[in-house]
Amino acid sequence: MNSTSRITAITSGKGGVGKTFVAANLAAALARQGRSVLVLDADLGLANLDVVLNLFPKITLHDVFTGKSSLNDAILPAPGGFSVLLAGSGMVEYSRMTPEVREQLQNVIDEVAPRFDHVLLDTGAGISDVVLYTVSLAGDVIVVATPEPTSMTDAYATIKVLATTQGRRAMQVLVNQVRRPGEGRTVKQQLQTVVDRYVNPGLDSAVRLELLGEVPADAAVRDAVIKRQLLLQSLPGTPAAVAIAAIAARLHE
Amino acid sequence: MNRSSSLSAARPATPNAGLDLESALQLLAQSGRGAPAGAPGSELWLQGLIDALVDLSSRDALTGLANRRAFELALAREIDRVARSGEPALLLALDIDHFKRVNDGHGHNAGDLVIKAVAGALLDCVRPMDLVARVGGEEFAIILPNCPSAFGETVAERVRRKVERLHVAAGPSQQIKVSVSIGGAFAPQWVRSTATLWIERADQQLYRAKALGRNLVQLEPCAVSLVSTEEKRLLFDTTGFQDFE
Repeated sequence: MNSTSRITAITSGKGGVGKTFVAANLAAALARQGRSVLVLDADLGLANLDVVLNLFPKITLHDVFTGKSSLNDAILPAPGGFSVLLAGSGMVEYSRMTPEVREQLQNVIDEVAPRFDHVLLDTGAGISDVVLYTVSLAGDVIVVATPEPTSMTDAYATIKVLATTQGRRAMQVLVNQVRRPGEGRTVKQQLQTVVDRYVNPGLDSAVRLELLGEVPADAAVRDAVIKRQLLLQSLPGTPAAVAIAAIAARLHE
Repeated sequence: MNRSSSLSAARPATPNAGLDLESALQLLAQSGRGAPAGAPGSELWLQGLIDALVDLSSRDALTGLANRRAFELALAREIDRVARSGEPALLLALDIDHFKRVNDGHGHNAGDLVIKAVAGALLDCVRPMDLVARVGGEEFAIILPNCPSAFGETVAERVRRKVERLHVAAGPSQQIKVSVSIGGAFAPQWVRSTATLWIERADQQLYRAKALGRNLVQLEPCAVSLVSTEEKRLLFDTTGFQDFE
């Protein structure tokens, strides 16, 4: 069943657009739909998946990287019925990609990939070399954006860099915090328009963006985040939770 | 040197009544600059004297490079320029590796020779528009205006290699070899930085270069402006948003 494991990087350019929230709840939704899922907190410099999940890990990726713990011991069960590999906050020294970090991360992913249906890589914010390298390890990319101009700009910059430096031609856009139905499609179309005009002419084949889905702005999200609960668990019937469940279903279509 | 002795009527070189220029002129002579041009006491002569003093107080006595004061002034000016023009500018922070060993092993004279030689090497590697400063004992800084991010590494490496190849003659049979660690950071374009922040960022990279084994260049990964104004304009083209309203 795990022979076709899918590695998906979740990235955003701008921070604070709900990337980690999306990763955790998407994982919970996939788990609920019967998939085995691992979320790897690849925000090595400023990890916060543990905060979102209200976990206090004793063993983190750091211990795996330094050889103190085995990878198996570092894979922890998360509240939503999926597994996590947490970076912990002591990983500031990995906020830059060195050959050592590169190799360690590659090893970890090679080892976990065959054991899960889905591996989600929650990358850090920005377009640093760590983020780019993490994304390069994934087969699929989800770019999370909100309809805010700053978020759209950073999402566009991310798409542009991934297209030009990694040869990515298909990327999925998830629009978070939309204020009215259809805004996600508009955001995705705006991004596509600019890509068509400024990125695609320089490429051998065109970059196609696909709207993975939109998640409505929902007060329940804030409540869940403050209570450090998964929205999919605590309030599965709220509009945002329903939207994420639909996106999860689309992910394993 | 007190006021009464230096204002003696017997000195025609200081003809301006009430002005004590004796020590200023001595200072210039000592630094090898000579007397200002023009008739002593004339406006031209006084301006020349002031210019020479300004120059003198902007330079490091040992190396003739810009001193810390001049460096800070130039840095503030560069920050202004970058904020307005959006041109990239690079700040390099350099430190001679294990300089204490030179002083301890060869004496302070040898240390001075090394500092002078390194200063000369730095000057050789940069453009006339760049400012090379000695900002501390064995610490140097270089401001490179209008330095495209793609060239930063090249320039810094050139400096590092130039110093690495130096042989400083500290005696008849004494050749001292030194190296420098270099940290660099670009000024953020279109955003006003502060001298403190910019220096801190370059220094951080210098510490990294030291920590990674010295005789190394470490540049802060520069935040390239990936999205042009034209791209932004199209991205926020409001017509697309109206479709759904």
